[in-house]
Amino acid sequence: MVQPLEYLKETPSQTAGPYVHIGTTPNFIGNAGIYPEDLGLKPFPDDVAGEKIKVTGIVYDGTGTPLRDVLLESWQADASGTYGPGIQGWARLPANQDTGVWTLETVKPGAVGKMAPHIALWIVARGINVGLQTRMYFDGDDLTTDPVLARIEHKIRVPTLIAKSDGPGSWRFDIHLQGDGETIFFDM
Amino acid sequence: MTLHPRTRDQHPPAYAPGYKTSVPRSPKQALLAMGATATEQTGPVFGHSMLGELDSNLILNFTGEPAVGERIVVYGRVLDENGRPVPNALVEVWQANAGGRYRHKKDGYLAPLDPNFGGCGRVLTGEDGSYEFLTVKPGAYPWPNGPNDWRPAHIHYSLCGPSFGQRLITQMYFEGDPLIARCPIANTIANKADLDRLVAPLDMNRARPLDFLAYKFDIVLRGNRQTMFENKPEGM
Ligand SMILES: [Fe+2]
Repeated sequence: MVQPLEYLKETPSQTAGPYVHIGTTPNFIGNAGIYPEDLGLKPFPDDVAGEKIKVTGIVYDGTGTPLRDVLLESWQADASGTYGPGIQGWARLPANQDTGVWTLETVKPGAVGKMAPHIALWIVARGINVGLQTRMYFDGDDLTTDPVLARIEHKIRVPTLIAKSDGPGSWRFDIHLQGDGETIFFDM
Repeated sequence: MTLHPRTRDQHPPAYAPGYKTSVPRSPKQALLAMGATATEQTGPVFGHSMLGELDSNLILNFTGEPAVGERIVVYGRVLDENGRPVPNALVEVWQANAGGRYRHKKDGYLAPLDPNFGGCGRVLTGEDGSYEFLTVKPGAYPWPNGPNDWRPAHIHYSLCGPSFGQRLITQMYFEGDPLIARCPIANTIANKADLDRLVAPLDMNRARPLDFLAYKFDIVLRGNRQTMFENKPEGM
């Protein structure tokens, strides 16, 4: 016999189900009157320093169908590469219930250490059993020294993590859960 | 300080064909594993001023008039894998009403809406990791999956600890419910012992006579490696 290791085990995940918005963004789906406003409406106050950007995207399933019930959360550094304070840098991005388009209006993050500017995304929905982690980089930035991208063996998949410009200050980042161009998801 | 790598064996696999919606929504490629960076170590820090007084009282927080159903307290602690309490964790819950109906335009179940039940609540854990909700016991409900699938009574939980990498969504079930063993979503978890950790026991010591029953539900989030020989997280 040996001494027991007295760690606890992380609680098992379960799917967020089809009604995640009831609990996380009730005002967004019309359940007003419980909270004055939803948490995570925007990541920064309007007067925050930095380049204002807008990111849009759609999360697609393996058949190419948009997930209209998906909820994303974003977490990023500010323009100087600093996390926080408080809840700054965090936002909830419920997809449009008709089109599946999610929208993030924020500032472009600064580099964090050796990591190129990026926005972490966490994705939950019906049919997703454990929330998916991914991150979004920006086309045109120097990504050659980024230690996370450097770890990717299949370089052909790296573009799945890079948002493309679709206008001044406007970026597009679609996510494919499965199939052609499947987005890289992390376990980190 | 670095988050322990997520152990995966207690979690459901992405692809769990008994739960049909997971089939087109599950990544087929392997997850890319690496140590948490500053991005996963940090996370939003919530404050008590962001929450309202009735936020954790689902019986009263919709209209101020009481919701219909079996009155229960659900309480517990949020701990990390090292057994330490997680203070100031944001715990958000949502659930069907006592008849098994959600307040959502996509829910067309026969059971009626309760005009006094909104179906969500939130609370920040105390210094000892503790939290508590007052609510009604949700009803079981049918759902389109197999020809006759029913969800056991359950409460959905969302947890934000201090690190974005700890983000977790799960569901709490109730002791003694015969639908748990028949539920394709509950059974996406491979091991019975792990599923049992989602089943809240009745706690008559915490129940208040003539008022409410009580169920206990503790939650464990990822913890951090404890060492005096600390390296910087990756990417820093
Ligand atoms: Fe549910």
